[in-house]
Amino acid sequence: MKWFLEAGRVLLAALQEIFDEAAYARFLERMKIASSVEAYSAFLRDRERSEKPMPRCC
Amino acid sequence: MRKTLTAALWGVVSLTAALGISVIATRRGEPVNALWLVVAATCWYALGYRFYSKFIAVKLLVLDPQRATPAERLEDGRDFVVTNKWVVFGHHFAAIAGPGPLVGPVLAAQFGYLPGTLWILAGAVFAGCVQDFVILLFSVRRDGKSLTAMARSEIGKVGGLVAYAAVLSILVILLAVAALIVVNALKSSPWGTFTIAMTIPIALLMGLYLRRIRPGKVLEVSALGFVLVLLAIWFGQQVSQNPAWAPLFTFTAPTLAILIIVYGFAASALPVWLLLAPRDYLSTFVKLGTISLLGLGIVALHPTLHMPALTRFADGNGPVFAGKIFPFAFITIACGAVSGFHSLISSGTTPKLIARETQTRMVGYGAMMAESAVAVMAMIAACVMQPGVYFAINSPAGIVGVGAASAANTISGWGFPVAPTEIEALAHAVGEQTLLNRTGGAPAFAVGMANIFSSTLGGERWMALWYHFAIMFEALFILTVLDAGTRVARFMLQDALAHLWKPIGRTGWYPSILSTSGVIVALWGYFLWQGVRDPLGGINALWPLFGISNQLLATVALCVATTILIKMGKARYSFVTLAPAAFLVTVTFTAAWHKVFDPNPRVGFLAQAQALAAGPASAANTRLIFNNRLDAAVTCALVVLVALVVLESARVWLGVLSGSHAAEVKESPFVMTRLAEERG
Repeated sequence: MKWFLEAGRVLLAALQEIFDEAAYARFLERMKIASSVEAYSAFLRDRERSEKPMPRCC
Repeated sequence: MRKTLTAALWGVVSLTAALGISVIATRRGEPVNALWLVVAATCWYALGYRFYSKFIAVKLLVLDPQRATPAERLEDGRDFVVTNKWVVFGHHFAAIAGPGPLVGPVLAAQFGYLPGTLWILAGAVFAGCVQDFVILLFSVRRDGKSLTAMARSEIGKVGGLVAYAAVLSILVILLAVAALIVVNALKSSPWGTFTIAMTIPIALLMGLYLRRIRPGKVLEVSALGFVLVLLAIWFGQQVSQNPAWAPLFTFTAPTLAILIIVYGFAASALPVWLLLAPRDYLSTFVKLGTISLLGLGIVALHPTLHMPALTRFADGNGPVFAGKIFPFAFITIACGAVSGFHSLISSGTTPKLIARETQTRMVGYGAMMAESAVAVMAMIAACVMQPGVYFAINSPAGIVGVGAASAANTISGWGFPVAPTEIEALAHAVGEQTLLNRTGGAPAFAVGMANIFSSTLGGERWMALWYHFAIMFEALFILTVLDAGTRVARFMLQDALAHLWKPIGRTGWYPSILSTSGVIVALWGYFLWQGVRDPLGGINALWPLFGISNQLLATVALCVATTILIKMGKARYSFVTLAPAAFLVTVTFTAAWHKVFDPNPRVGFLAQAQALAAGPASAANTRLIFNNRLDAAVTCALVVLVALVVLESARVWLGVLSGSHAAEVKESPFVMTRLAEERG
């Protein structure tokens, strides 16, 4: 049971990383702000400024 | 005692792998169950991971768990983040798994299931996984540097320049091929076109939902988007059966090509959050779910392979694409065996997330293995179809004719009996007017996948829904590659042009965005247009060009890796990267030679141009002649570029080995990790 819970936690964490939810959570923590429409807009602006787009393989 | 048990276990795995491979390799004339492929592949991958990747990790790379990675040293909570290894694995797999491992094996199935499967298995373990693993580790040891930056610092300016040119060329050709596959899958298909068209408003809605209603809840909105896409598939059926609506979504290949070119430009120039990111999320959601479902479906159904192990088309006269098994099987299947494109991901985001050097083995080598398993599933999906049906879908009109009767007659003449009614009944069962001449691999894969899914869930009644689900899944996947690829190429072009004129390098400046997006879209749009006007289906010319450029990029990556290994004093183990590099040089250079100079007009670009020139003069012929000569010139240019990298690398290797060149690796200095676990 414990193993399944742990596996579920890791799977959820992987999905959150793949889907950028983790990046947003880190942004909120870094900026020390709560989630809001403005915070998410700032996060998107921050990502657009900081990152080149990630290639997707063929 | 434990040691003996472990040895016995690996002995059993080895014997099972040998048995599985011998069954699929030696059975002739009797049906083979797909489960044999699954068993052989699983055991083979287990052996490759346990023994070969460990050998590389211990002897070549000497992975050091005490050495701090850039994720730890440069942690900024944004790009550099210490991340759980399974999370990085998922992230890396989601980035490398695209439409390539699905389409390549389907096209290569024209040789039979055996050549492609053996190349997928051997190529992955000895080349693809090795490339992804070593490039990832070398990037980790260089603060997450990109492949082009590593080529510049380890091989020299020529290496860097050629790597850059190779990456840009491969992107342009990849985007053209990807777009062509979508065009061929959607032409004259109101159902498919409606569903894919609906993903644009769905993505826009997701973007607004994420921004305004539930900020940052991507998983939640992706699930919502998925439900909306399923509804779009269901409505697509109503649209395709409605005499007023169906014509609005029925397009010819040239019209679809224009629509996709316009879409590519818009996706590159619009803000990321509006269309690109939501579609990327939606595509990833569908991708991960469908791949898992397909795997389960194959194991649950364990279908019989109807395609023979080897077909008569090993002689090079295949209808899907022309060319002999060697070298064409090896460039047709890239992503499932070895793909140069992966080296861009391995030296992109992933090295910035790795917590420890030791995890590069599982992430780099392991994720490529998972991708290779996806390619095996695609091979199974293609080979469970009756061969006659497979060839009817994948052969261009220029080879089998335009009607079901003509196609059935030609294909039956090849020894793969198929009746016109069978082809028509299948088209009817999947809700299409016709499935004939749907070159590109995507529709054939969709039929195979629909076969497997409908046998497990829903039965015959659901065949049409599953087919369009598969088409939607592939097109969504491919359009995501198109979105992201156009944007990446645009950034690369802006970077390069900034050396000539600084303002063009400003990524937020709209005149620069519009002009560079226009150049990139025009480049791939030109090849796409050429593909849709090609009487041989376009794939015959463009897929080999894509395969050659992708494998040439892998050659560049393996040359960079060999250079670093030799500089590290590991010359005696350099065969690990040098052998696949030498194989890829042989394969790609031979394929390029055939594509340019082969006297068979179906294979050689110049021979085809010559044959067309001998025919009646017309504007269409003049264009085709020019296109063939252009393809020949592009192939030659790619080969010359990579030959330069190989020669430049060889000069560095000989210099280091003879002592005339400093054996200086450009790694970041060693810093002891502060992370608690696994410390010595």
